[in-house]
Amino acid sequence: MMENNTAQHPSKQIGWTREQMAKRAAQDIPDGAYVNLGIGMPELIVKHIPEGREVIYHTENGLLGMGDSPAPSEIDPELINAGKKPVTAIAGAAYFHHADSFAMIRGGHIDICVLGAMQVSQSGDLANWSTGEAGAIPAVGGAMDLVAGVKRIFVLTQHTTKQGQAKIVHQCSYPLTGQGVVARIYTDLAVIKKTGDGLEVVELAPGVSPQYLIEHTECELIFPKGSA
Amino acid sequence: MINKRVADVHDAVKDIFDGATVMVGGFGEAGSPIELLHALIDHGARDLTVVNNNTGSGHVGLAALIENKQVRKMICSFPRTANSTVFPDLYRAGEIELELVPQGTLAERIRAGGAGIPAFYTATSVNTPLAEGKELRSFGDRQFVLEMGLTADFALLKSQQADRHGNLTYNKTARNFAPIMAMAAATTIVQTSQYLEAGQIDPEHVITPGLFVNRIVYIPSPAHESELVAANRSYP
Repeated sequence: MMENNTAQHPSKQIGWTREQMAKRAAQDIPDGAYVNLGIGMPELIVKHIPEGREVIYHTENGLLGMGDSPAPSEIDPELINAGKKPVTAIAGAAYFHHADSFAMIRGGHIDICVLGAMQVSQSGDLANWSTGEAGAIPAVGGAMDLVAGVKRIFVLTQHTTKQGQAKIVHQCSYPLTGQGVVARIYTDLAVIKKTGDGLEVVELAPGVSPQYLIEHTECELIFPKGSA
Repeated sequence: MINKRVADVHDAVKDIFDGATVMVGGFGEAGSPIELLHALIDHGARDLTVVNNNTGSGHVGLAALIENKQVRKMICSFPRTANSTVFPDLYRAGEIELELVPQGTLAERIRAGGAGIPAFYTATSVNTPLAEGKELRSFGDRQFVLEMGLTADFALLKSQQADRHGNLTYNKTARNFAPIMAMAAATTIVQTSQYLEAGQIDPEHVITPGLFVNRIVYIPSPAHESELVAANRSYP
């Protein structure tokens, strides 16, 4: 797992760190939102929610109002999150069964879901569950339900793979999780939103030029006038 | 007089037959009915189709049932686990079948099966490999895929509280699939950590009404899967 962006962009001390990426995404989560966070980097968002906002976290295994990790003495093996890690329940939390949990998801009752990505396409397609390689054990979990039902899907990911390949591409080569589902992308280089015309750059990370972003992206990007 | 309590786990599972479809409660270790699973290993029924979100961990519980070659097919959403090689090894060797189902679709298929609904449409998995070969239909401007309800011959579940009527409550996120599996199985078998007199569970607090439950077995101190795995235990 990458600690910062320097391995991807070794010659340039530019862009956001993982924590800064999470902090940037957290700015776009409003007060009162019901949010589902994917396993991994999206979980960093919790500690970066701006002061004064109350955000309620949903974990699809059956808890609304997920709290922090418990102290070792407080661990209950039957109070876990979707990543099967011990968690706590906040005051005002609720437990429910899986059909209710996915009714919340599929029924459009969750406001925002933040997920990792293997690839995102120009039209907002997301691939994040399988490389489709022979011999791999296929596993999907709740990813396809989340992208089909949550009101807004945010992707939080490094802009390129560890090998430097673009993750934002014209068309996904990996099997899709959902078609046209991504609303916004937060990477170490930029914030990008999906529009009817394609992917539009909302913000460039410090030190990132439009040219640099274009070189590390395998599809057209829209730069609105006056943006950079 | 209704009394669904049975003497022990072996009594509880003794009629599970070869080729049966068995729903097993639990998400990871939360809600996993370890003692019932071990009794099913002792009982020995084979050629089972098992429905569970995962495939167990270590060499106990569901992973041990799979390792003991009693399972022909798994229906699940996430068959990989960091601390189990049992299912992946058998799958790569072609010795076990897998029906991969998105987690919410799995839950709704079970709910529908228990509610007498043969099939339903969902947007989940449309335009992905998991919708291939399935009927598509448009409602409004959106496409949906037809998914079939799922029922089972047996369900093996874990509850926190139960009474002789079979009314159940659960512990925190151990609830997960249990209430819907209780509805979808012809015979629902529950191990409970507390056995109470009728009336001791407030009717307002009953999560699974007793008519969905057939057998209760009292296991006051159930094992925790993670502790067994950490101690490198295996079963049998």
